[in-house]
Amino acid sequence: MSPRRVVSPEEVFFRGVWRENPVLIQLLGLCPALAVTNTVANSLAMGLATFFVLVGSSTLVATFKRFIPREVRISAYILVIATFVTIADLVLNAVVPEIHRALGAFIALIVVNCMILGRQEAFASKQPVGRAILDAAGTGLGFIVALLMMGGLREVLGYGSFLGVPLFGPSFEPWIVMILPAGGFFALGFILLLFGWWAERKKEPVRPRRWPHGVTTEVFVGEGGAD
Amino acid sequence: MSEERLPAVSTPVPSLALGPEERRAQEPLRVESSSVRLVGTLAVAGALAGLAIVLVFQWAEPRIEAWRAEVLAAAVTEVLAGADRYETVFLAPTGSSIADADTTDLDRVYVGYDRVGDRVGVAMVGVGAGFQDVIRVIFGYHPGSGEVIGMQVLESKETPGLGDKIEKDSTFVIQFDRVLAPLEGLKAGRETGAPTEVTMITGATISSRAIIDIINARLEEVRERVDELWMSGGGT
Repeated sequence: MSPRRVVSPEEVFFRGVWRENPVLIQLLGLCPALAVTNTVANSLAMGLATFFVLVGSSTLVATFKRFIPREVRISAYILVIATFVTIADLVLNAVVPEIHRALGAFIALIVVNCMILGRQEAFASKQPVGRAILDAAGTGLGFIVALLMMGGLREVLGYGSFLGVPLFGPSFEPWIVMILPAGGFFALGFILLLFGWWAERKKEPVRPRRWPHGVTTEVFVGEGGAD
Repeated sequence: MSEERLPAVSTPVPSLALGPEERRAQEPLRVESSSVRLVGTLAVAGALAGLAIVLVFQWAEPRIEAWRAEVLAAAVTEVLAGADRYETVFLAPTGSSIADADTTDLDRVYVGYDRVGDRVGVAMVGVGAGFQDVIRVIFGYHPGSGEVIGMQVLESKETPGLGDKIEKDSTFVIQFDRVLAPLEGLKAGRETGAPTEVTMITGATISSRAIIDIINARLEEVRERVDELWMSGGGT
């Protein structure tokens, strides 16, 4: 048994936002990330709803973890998550009905977002309440960040606007494919590619090339044998 | 086939070879909860969840209803051009009196009036299958001339950029202003100039046809009764 590394509260929060981003690194919650990110407003609403559900259920699960018997813990988590999702669904419908209409069934599908269930099982059910809230907030924020990246890219290319404000003027021909389902895959693919490339780059800093014994790498000016 | 038999696979029973002490150590350390506790926990949690949902629902319901009514009112005045106010009229099912029926089962139509109180037409909602999901359409109908006088999509999940042109393409929508019912959908370039004609959107033929079919089907259902209502001066 190796001693557990102590994780600072800041790290609990920030690793979900960036280093262990649920969508970009862990590849969780891809269904909403692909389905409802065709505009920035939809992405934001979806992100906030998921954030609310995640923080709410993590708080409850961490608070009542001692009363939840092992055998029914998954059912109990699902019950807690489903309650928060129903509340989010009703509140969105009452407050921002237009966005609720645009998100359609995907609000209800937050229940089966494995990112949320994953945080309950892996973290909230084993940690003190404070840390569980931090972890949930970090992961939720990471989800919002990822969705906004997708939504921004797709709305700018697919509609030529950002948050409904036209950017390019009337001569812009929108790339309709970007707001279709295929565009979701394109956007996600490019963003993941970018992240992968960046992570690789950080991992291996470019080392100066060293040749064995005495071989110099000075540039030969007249290499082409000009004279 | 030979009589040869496969040797019976003997499952090793290691626990018998072990002493009681070791056997116990093999079993996973787990405290079994009683089933009463399992059911009880879930029941209590379920009850609390239900309570929370009911409370939120009571807060949200009037707001959701108000929004729906607002959307409907805007749509009715949109499809009955010039309507200033409207009245909801329940149509009795053919062959029975209005008194026996529950209002939720009745077909409802909206009779629109202009500023001086003249009737401008009847609006009604039709529902049918689109390309992706159910489409809800509200349209205006003028029983006097037998024409559809306006159409608006209330709800659709058609493909963005293609099928959703049934809502966003004004050249398509505007065709539903004064077109003789039952409507007839034609592909672009094949128009004959008949008064029942609607040109469908290229690239959204299925969605366009869905709209036309929904309107025709709904009209067929209620046309007789709406015409009767109109002749009798109903709604006033």
